[in-house]
Amino acid sequence: MVIPSSLKNCFQLFYVLKISAAGFKYTANRGLILQSVSSDVYQNLAVEDWIHDNMNLENRQVLFLWRNSPTVVIGRHQNPWQECNLKIMRKKNIKLARRRSGGGTVYHDLGNINFTFFTSKKKYERMENLKLVVRALKGLRPQLDVRATDRYDLLLDGNFKISGTAAKLGRTVAYHHCTLLCSADRFILSSVLKSPYKGIKSNATPSMPALVKNLFEEDPTLTCEMVMDAVAAEYARCHQIDHRITLINPADEIVFPGINNKTKELQTWEWIYGKTPKFSISTCFNMVYEQSLLEVKVDIHVKHGRIEVCNIDLPEQWLPPAMCNELEKNLIGSKFCPSETTALASALLRICPQNYELHSKWSLLCENVMTLM
Amino acid sequence: MAAVRALRSCSRTAGRLICVHHIRSCGSVRFIKSKYMSIFDKSAFKFSHQHRLFRTSAISNGQIVQFKLSDIGEGITEVTVKEWYVKEGDSVSQFDSICEVQSDKASVTITSRYDGIIRKLHYNLDEIAYVGKPLVDIETDALKDVASEEDVVETPAVSHEEHTHQEIKGHKTLATPAVRRLAMENNIKLSEVVGTGKDNRILKEDILNYLAKQTGAILPPSPKPEIIPPLPKSETAPAAPKDKGTKIPIPISKPIVFAGKDKTEAVTGFHKAMVKTMTAALKIPHFGYCDEIDLTQLVQLREELKPLAQVRGVKLSFMPFFIKAASLGLLHYPILNASVDENCQNITYKASHNIGVAMDTEQGLIVPNVKNVQVCSVFEIASELNRLLTLGSAGQLGTNDLTGGTFTLSNIGTIGGTYAKPVILPPEVAIGALGKIQVLPRFNGNGEVFKAQIMNVSWSADHRIIDGATMARFSNLWKSYLENPASMLIDLK
Repeated sequence: MVIPSSLKNCFQLFYVLKISAAGFKYTANRGLILQSVSSDVYQNLAVEDWIHDNMNLENRQVLFLWRNSPTVVIGRHQNPWQECNLKIMRKKNIKLARRRSGGGTVYHDLGNINFTFFTSKKKYERMENLKLVVRALKGLRPQLDVRATDRYDLLLDGNFKISGTAAKLGRTVAYHHCTLLCSADRFILSSVLKSPYKGIKSNATPSMPALVKNLFEEDPTLTCEMVMDAVAAEYARCHQIDHRITLINPADEIVFPGINNKTKELQTWEWIYGKTPKFSISTCFNMVYEQSLLEVKVDIHVKHGRIEVCNIDLPEQWLPPAMCNELEKNLIGSKFCPSETTALASALLRICPQNYELHSKWSLLCENVMTLM
Repeated sequence: MAAVRALRSCSRTAGRLICVHHIRSCGSVRFIKSKYMSIFDKSAFKFSHQHRLFRTSAISNGQIVQFKLSDIGEGITEVTVKEWYVKEGDSVSQFDSICEVQSDKASVTITSRYDGIIRKLHYNLDEIAYVGKPLVDIETDALKDVASEEDVVETPAVSHEEHTHQEIKGHKTLATPAVRRLAMENNIKLSEVVGTGKDNRILKEDILNYLAKQTGAILPPSPKPEIIPPLPKSETAPAAPKDKGTKIPIPISKPIVFAGKDKTEAVTGFHKAMVKTMTAALKIPHFGYCDEIDLTQLVQLREELKPLAQVRGVKLSFMPFFIKAASLGLLHYPILNASVDENCQNITYKASHNIGVAMDTEQGLIVPNVKNVQVCSVFEIASELNRLLTLGSAGQLGTNDLTGGTFTLSNIGTIGGTYAKPVILPPEVAIGALGKIQVLPRFNGNGEVFKAQIMNVSWSADHRIIDGATMARFSNLWKSYLENPASMLIDLK
């Protein structure tokens, strides 16, 4: 029994109308502008996932506007230890997220706007999208010197990067998203995007550091809301759709069935850290113990975020070799993460001979090894 | 046909072998018979072996298709392979993800066009792959339809597949062509079937389960029904002329399909360390002692003191009281705050009361301790606990906070339970587990029933150096401090 194609089209339109009743307002099925009410990076990334997996973009395009609370977002195939300062992030409660698209590392806060352009795979055209954003900005402030480069960046005054781009292509759907610095905290941005970790050898995609500037610094009258509105208006004009921004709640399971699972997956350690391509750290550091300086050499190989090989070279007999071996052996298979290492080291200390000197040496060594994580 | 012919020829040779042997050995009849039997058996084995050989060669006669890397758009000709989702020998279905490639800030998921088995991966990780060149070799079943030689522009084929997807509120239903055929033949709407495959893909078992449900068979609850139930029938009537009334007869004794699989993983990292700690812990001869505490007065006191602590920015729970009372008790029974060496030859009486508080975190059980409780006020203990709890939930506790404990209290009652059998954490010698606070009827001094706030405590101690009487006396002292908080005042340091 074959359902005739004409009937099938009615089918789709019928369901589309049903969805309109639920809250989405389509105009001639051509396009949609969505804006997230959430500033949780995981929820917003989950919306991108959901649209990518579930929407039929054969004849329609979607623009998604979103902003996040302070977060560092790394590309799909990047190494967080190589890209950002995890220690500062932990102290300041800045989140870390790994997106599904490629590209480099960026810092988001509420002064940064993210635009995601969803199209079918054949209509995937990054330069057109960037030109749209440039037109919108120039329409808002004609004197702004903004232009797109062939690396798909947006430069202000020819020198300063205000936007970076990344993209994800699936079987039938593609999306291109980019950032736009309006009034982000540049001080935190530069401190957080500088990795303090030395001796990392990795094939992960590296980021290209660039000088950045906020649009706000060029024109203090610009706000994020104005920019978002301008881009939405330009998008509506280009695709001949209604200039109406639909607010969406990424936690709404009824409108987006299955989205909460996607959000959860994006927050798991296995996704954020475990997807790091394998890398090794070979470095040495100095420890001070009772007025003597000790040099320690460390060689650690990490795969799927877990320690695969662990070699710690200590000065002779400083710590009984059995204890050092115990530490190395137990670290293998454990997550390359300071809290896991602390818990592990403390648990092991319970079964070591109870001797103040040994304990303090062990604690000192563990604390230092943890600074590599 | 060929297989049958082969069998016949085998039997003929076997027969000849047997005959020859029979003629040769002219000894005892029994001996010949046994030889005959064994040879026959061997030939029988050869038969089945040959038979099997023929069978397997029939299977491996599937077509090996070279799946080429299709055009990604924007004129890109080469990409880097970043992650493989499959390995040689894995079986894949159409639309399964095969690998992730990257090109100039774009990450692309390559999905399979065919059902089959992966026979060869043409690239290693981080190698450059070329558009139009083979990416993987897939062996497809010779009987099934194999998609024709792929065109470099994949999109027309893609749009065709789009239309065959049904959409309910923007949710596509995924199913292979074979499954769709089965559904169509049985007049089943795919949107009504719950998919249990990857990405909620509908599998053949799901269709069969659905059919079984139609005939009233009892099924286990499906794992994740993410496909939204369809709209009321009256509205979909014009669309499909199927008739739900005709039920397909299915035998009731159909086996229920359960697709779950056991999962084994190595014990690593923190869990491995816990295994070592707990193994050492259970070498200690434990004995238990339990009691119930009437916390009615303490509950009232805490209510009064909570706002005072709040003003100073500290959340006051019951734990600071329990901890301080324990420390006061330890002053009278210092052996509970001691440590023994490996062979139990020396006892060290620890001067500091570093009382550990068991905490349940993402890692598992960790026990940070409050240092020097013997010189801390209840408020100071409360603020230190706040600090440890915050760090603990953020996964930022340091080694200093996690080591050096001398005595532990575990408030398992916050999760639930009354009595427990806690395990001593070496190198300590005692531990207490606190159950939940329940409102229970009790008799007072006048024989009247009143409402009491009762909490149970379960102590465990190292019986090598601690005896029951010591534990009982300590527990009584601790209990008296908590049942009558005013009595803590005279002993407070």
